[in-house]
Amino acid sequence: MNILYAVLILTVLGGVFGLVLSIASKVFEVKSDPRLAEILDSLPGANCGGCGYAGCAGCAAAILEGKAPVNACPSNTGEKTARIAAIMGVEVKPVERRVAFVRCAGGDRAGHKFDKYVGLTDCVAAMKVAGDGPLDCAFGCLGLGSCVKACKFDAIHINSRGVAEVDREKCVCCMQCAAVCPKKVIVSMPYNVDIVLPCANKEKGVQAKAHCAISCIGCKLCERNCPSGAITVSKNVAVIDYDKCTSCGICVEKCPRKLIVNIHDTGKVAPVVVA
Amino acid sequence: MDITSLLSISLGAILVNNFILVQFLGICPFMGVSKKMDTAVGMGFAVIFVMGLASALCYPVNQLLVRLDLEYMQTVAFILVIAALVQFVEMFLKKSIPTLYEALGVYLPLITTNCAVLGVVLLNVQENYNFIESVVYGITGGVGFLLAIVLFASIRERLEFADPPKAFRGFPIALITAGLMALSFMGFSGLSVW
Repeated sequence: MNILYAVLILTVLGGVFGLVLSIASKVFEVKSDPRLAEILDSLPGANCGGCGYAGCAGCAAAILEGKAPVNACPSNTGEKTARIAAIMGVEVKPVERRVAFVRCAGGDRAGHKFDKYVGLTDCVAAMKVAGDGPLDCAFGCLGLGSCVKACKFDAIHINSRGVAEVDREKCVCCMQCAAVCPKKVIVSMPYNVDIVLPCANKEKGVQAKAHCAISCIGCKLCERNCPSGAITVSKNVAVIDYDKCTSCGICVEKCPRKLIVNIHDTGKVAPVVVA
Repeated sequence: MDITSLLSISLGAILVNNFILVQFLGICPFMGVSKKMDTAVGMGFAVIFVMGLASALCYPVNQLLVRLDLEYMQTVAFILVIAALVQFVEMFLKKSIPTLYEALGVYLPLITTNCAVLGVVLLNVQENYNFIESVVYGITGGVGFLLAIVLFASIRERLEFADPPKAFRGFPIALITAGLMALSFMGFSGLSVW
């Protein structure tokens, strides 16, 4: 008899709860747009935050509400972006692929204030050490890997010279590395470039030279010799305008510091070697 | 029942018999969602919420079972009650208080089958608590959970920057840390004021 009670009471309990839940699901139903899940499916799902929203779900909601463009995700592939565009019923213009770039090639060629930095292996922590970290150069990469930890795509590593270097094939330009970099030495640039100028040193020539063996000294040789006017020196550091650059390579020849290089021409001048 | 007995129950639930560090209940979320402070806090509040509600709802269910001489069915019945309750609360919050729903987020369904929640209702029965005592025990048990997980999360955030031997990196050092924390909570075991 007792076992009957047991079965009965559980059945009744289960039945009552089931009934309450099924009624509740009708009463408390929240209409959610089915497109939300579809858009979420078409996002990478890495929750990198590169779009500026809290994760892919936040980005999908923003796209659905029209607050963000369908190509809001910087790391999405063209195919998936097209799928989101189809879901939202809009057209999307193809966007030029961009990658992150570390504006520093110093590492072991840059002067160090101490023989050996033994603090926490974290750039933000190292910045707290007297005078913005262990490097003589106030602008250079500290090489302690805060960006490496921040990268969700395994696309940035510290190379054998002790400088962060972006793997241009893996990089999706979410710029999370730039967000954590206390030196603000990581910028975005088009993927399809040949000539790079990895230095951000704004010091005058003499100091720049004293602080690093490969720094830009602002000599303007590249600016004067560039046939397409793509290089300008401002605040003692040369910057390449990739809208104008034709990859002619004259600046590579002219740079007295051997700083400007062609990334596809590693045999000639190889300032940075991946570990 | 007076106020001192409630205080005694609270103190016991938060420190002396802390659900995680002394009774070892609810270890899964303790290890799983303690990597960042904000997720740990979200989980902590979700646990307080559900433990309080589950204690309240399981009390009448237990009365029913006692009346029918079916005490041995407690575990099964309580699991049923908790699962249904969490489902219901989730639906209710989604409709009525979306901000709280967003804040508790994924942690609410996660603790449906948490042993700390089941543990608190079974302990309520074991200790013969009345309705108010049960609810107080449930809520303060959740506060103890929040305390433990927040302390642990703040330590783990610092562990990120530590440089332990390679074999200890990541999860092993977190387990050792949790063990040391549990050890330190043993210090509260002699604490019984009332």
